[in-house]
Amino acid sequence: MVLHPTVIANLLAAYIASFMLVYAAFYGAQILKYWNIQSGEELQLILERKTYLISTLLGYTFGLQLLSLFLYIFTADSLTPLFVGAMCAAGTLNVSHFGYSVLVLKILNFILAGLWLVLNYADNQGYDYPLIKKKYLLLAIIAPFIVIETLLESAYFLGMRADVITSCCGSLFSSENAAGLGSEIASLPALPMLWTFYGVMFCTLATGLYFYIKGKGGYCYAVLSLVMFIIALVSVVSFISLYIYELPTHHCPFCIIMEDYHYIGYLLYLLLFGAVVSGIGVGILLPFRQVDSLKFMLTGFIGKLALSSVLLYLAFTALVSYQIVFSNLIM
Amino acid sequence: MNSWIEKQRYIIDFTLSSLLRRKVKNIGLLVLYTLIVFILASMMFFTHSIKREAALILKGAPEVVVQKIVAGRHDLMPIEYLDTIKKIRGVATAAPRLWGYYYDNLVKANYTLLVPPTQTTTTNISRTTVVENEPNSQSVDLTKPLYEVNGTKLESGTIIIGNGVARLRQIAKGDYMPFLSFDGNVMNLKVVDTLSAQSELVSSDLLLITEEDFRKLFGIDKQFVTDMTVVVNNPSEMPTVAAKIKKRLPQARPIIRDEILRTYESIFNWRGGMMIVIFSAAVLAFVIFAWDKASGLSAGERREIGILKAVGWETSDVIQMKFWEGAIISLTAFFSGVILAYIHVFFMGSPVFEPALKGWSALYPNFSLTPFVNIEQLTTLFFLTVLPYTVATIVPIWRAATIDPDSAMRFTGD
Repeated sequence: MVLHPTVIANLLAAYIASFMLVYAAFYGAQILKYWNIQSGEELQLILERKTYLISTLLGYTFGLQLLSLFLYIFTADSLTPLFVGAMCAAGTLNVSHFGYSVLVLKILNFILAGLWLVLNYADNQGYDYPLIKKKYLLLAIIAPFIVIETLLESAYFLGMRADVITSCCGSLFSSENAAGLGSEIASLPALPMLWTFYGVMFCTLATGLYFYIKGKGGYCYAVLSLVMFIIALVSVVSFISLYIYELPTHHCPFCIIMEDYHYIGYLLYLLLFGAVVSGIGVGILLPFRQVDSLKFMLTGFIGKLALSSVLLYLAFTALVSYQIVFSNLIM
Repeated sequence: MNSWIEKQRYIIDFTLSSLLRRKVKNIGLLVLYTLIVFILASMMFFTHSIKREAALILKGAPEVVVQKIVAGRHDLMPIEYLDTIKKIRGVATAAPRLWGYYYDNLVKANYTLLVPPTQTTTTNISRTTVVENEPNSQSVDLTKPLYEVNGTKLESGTIIIGNGVARLRQIAKGDYMPFLSFDGNVMNLKVVDTLSAQSELVSSDLLLITEEDFRKLFGIDKQFVTDMTVVVNNPSEMPTVAAKIKKRLPQARPIIRDEILRTYESIFNWRGGMMIVIFSAAVLAFVIFAWDKASGLSAGERREIGILKAVGWETSDVIQMKFWEGAIISLTAFFSGVILAYIHVFFMGSPVFEPALKGWSALYPNFSLTPFVNIEQLTTLFFLTVLPYTVATIVPIWRAATIDPDSAMRFTGD
C-alpha cells in the first residue's frame, strides 16, 4: 500500500459513496416492496419521507463520483515517480489489472448516477410518484456496481507496491506496440478516425435537432449519443490528444487534464459526460410520456434534455475543432 | 433558469440571516472546521513543496552512483574500479568521489565533507557535478548542481562551508575552523567562502575540502575513494549500465538517480500519509461534533422549520436551505483554512510541522519553500475535510426537514 494523502482521500470517497448508496438501496428495496400510494399507513408515510433522503444522498453521490473520477486520474498521475517506467497516469493505472477496470467502472457509475437523477427529477414533477418503482429498480442496479468499484479500487491501491515495472504511456499508447487495449485504440489511424468523428457527430447533432424540433427519433438520438460518447473517447486517444500535445506519437488521454495543457481535459470530459448523460436521459424518459401525471411537463423536459445534450456535444466539437485548427501540429 | 437562480438567491439570503441569528454556535463550528482544514492543508503544502524541492535539486545529482559493499556495509572503493567502469559501453564518463561525515563535538552536529570533483587527482568533470559558470541563469532550477561554489578556488588548508555550519559555529569568510583528525591531531582550516543559499536544503551542513586535507583528516589511503559517479550517454540505458557494473564488479552497488528520487517521494508520501492517519482522529472528532450540531436542533430551530413548512415551504426547499447552510460554512472554513495554511507554510516557514515532517538533525537547513499549490492538493483536501462534514450532516438535515409543522410548532421547549 502506498500511504499517500491523495490515496487516502480516494479510498475515503469510495467508501463513503458505497456506504451512502448501500444505505439508499436498502430503503429503495423497501420502497420497491411496500410502496402503495393509496395507503395511508405509517410505513407508507415513512417511505415517502425517505424518498427525500435518498434523492439527497444520490445527488451527493453523483457529485462525488464526478470529482472522484478526476481525483483518481490525478492520483495515478502523482504516483508515477514511484514506479519504474511509468511516465504518467497511463503507466500507473497499468501497475495492476484493477487500475483500468476501476476507471471504466467510475465512468459507468457516473453515467448511471446521472441517469438516476434525470429519472428522479422527472418523477418529482408528478404528484403521484409515477416513476418511483422504476427509479428504485435502477438504484438497485447501480448499488452493486458502486460496491464493486470500491472493492476494486481498494484492491488497486492496497495492492500497490512501489517499483513494480510498468510500461510507460510512451510504450502503452504508442502505435508501434500492437498489444494491449491502449495501443489498439492508438493504432486506429488518426485521419480516418477524424472523419468518423466529424461524420458521426454531424449525424448525432442532426438527429438531436430533428428530435428537438419535430419530436421524433428520440430513441435514435439516445443510442447515437451513447455511440458518439464512445467514439469521442476513442477519438481523444486517436487524434484529439495529438493536436493538444502537438506531438504525433503521444496518445495519452490523461495528460490533457494536467496543468501543462491548461487543464483543457476537464472541460472536454465535462462537456462529454454532460452530453452523454442528458442524451441517454432522453431515451430513458421517452416511454413515460403517456403517464397521466407527467403528460404536460415531460415533453418539455425531454426537449430541454435533448437540446442541452446537443449544445454540449456542439461545444465539445467546437473546442476540439479549435484545438485542431490552432494546433502547431499539421498532419 | 432565471427563476431557479432567483429562488436559490432568496434561499441563500434567508440562510445567511438565519446563520447570523445564531452567531455563537456557528462561529464555534466555523473555527473548529477552519482549524481542521488549516492543519491538513499545512501538512500537505509542506510535504508537497519539500518533495518538489528535493526533486528539483536531485535533477542535478549524478545519474548513477557506484558504491562498494563489504558484508552489507558501505566500504571504501579501490580506484582501479574506475577503469573497469569506464570500459563499459554506454558510459560517457566516470569520476571518483571523496566524501564523508565529521562529527563536531563542539556543537554536537554532523557535517558532510566533500571533495569537489575538480580537486580529485583523476580530474574528469562529469556534466552532473559542479557547474561554476552557469551559462543560462534562467534554467538554474533544472540544472542546479548539488552545491555552488561562488568562483572561489580551494587550496590546501582552506574550506568552503554551508550556511547551516556558518550559522551554527557563528563563523564567516576568513575565520579558522579546527578539526580533530583521525590520529588525534588538530587541523586548522581557513574558511574562504560560504555556499550559496539557493541550495540550502542539501548544502546546509556541507563543507568543501581539498583532497589532500580530506585524506589527512580521515587517514584514507591514496588508492581508495568513497564512491564513484557515472554519466551515461543515453538515459534509457541507465538500468543496463547499472546491471553491467553489477556483473563486472560484484561487490559494487550502483544506485540510479531515479531510485533516489523515488525513495524521497515514498518517504515524504509516507510522512504525509502518516500525519493524515494521525489526524484522522481529529477529523473523526470533528465529524462527530458536526453530526451532533446538525442533529441537536434547538427548540427555536425546530419551530423555525415548522413555521417555514406551515407557510408553504416544501421538504425539498428546507433541504435546499440546509444544503446552502452547509455549503456556506464548508466553503468559508475551507478557503480560510487553506489561506491560513498558505501563509503558515510559505511565509512563516511552518513552525508547527517543520520538526515532524522534515526529519531530525542537529543542523537544520534554513530555507523558504517555493509556494506550490495545485488542484490535486486542493481536491484531496476537499475530500478529506468537506466530504466527511457533508456526509455527517445529510441524515440530520433530512430529519430536520421532514419534521411535521404541527408537531414542531406545538413543541415549545425554550
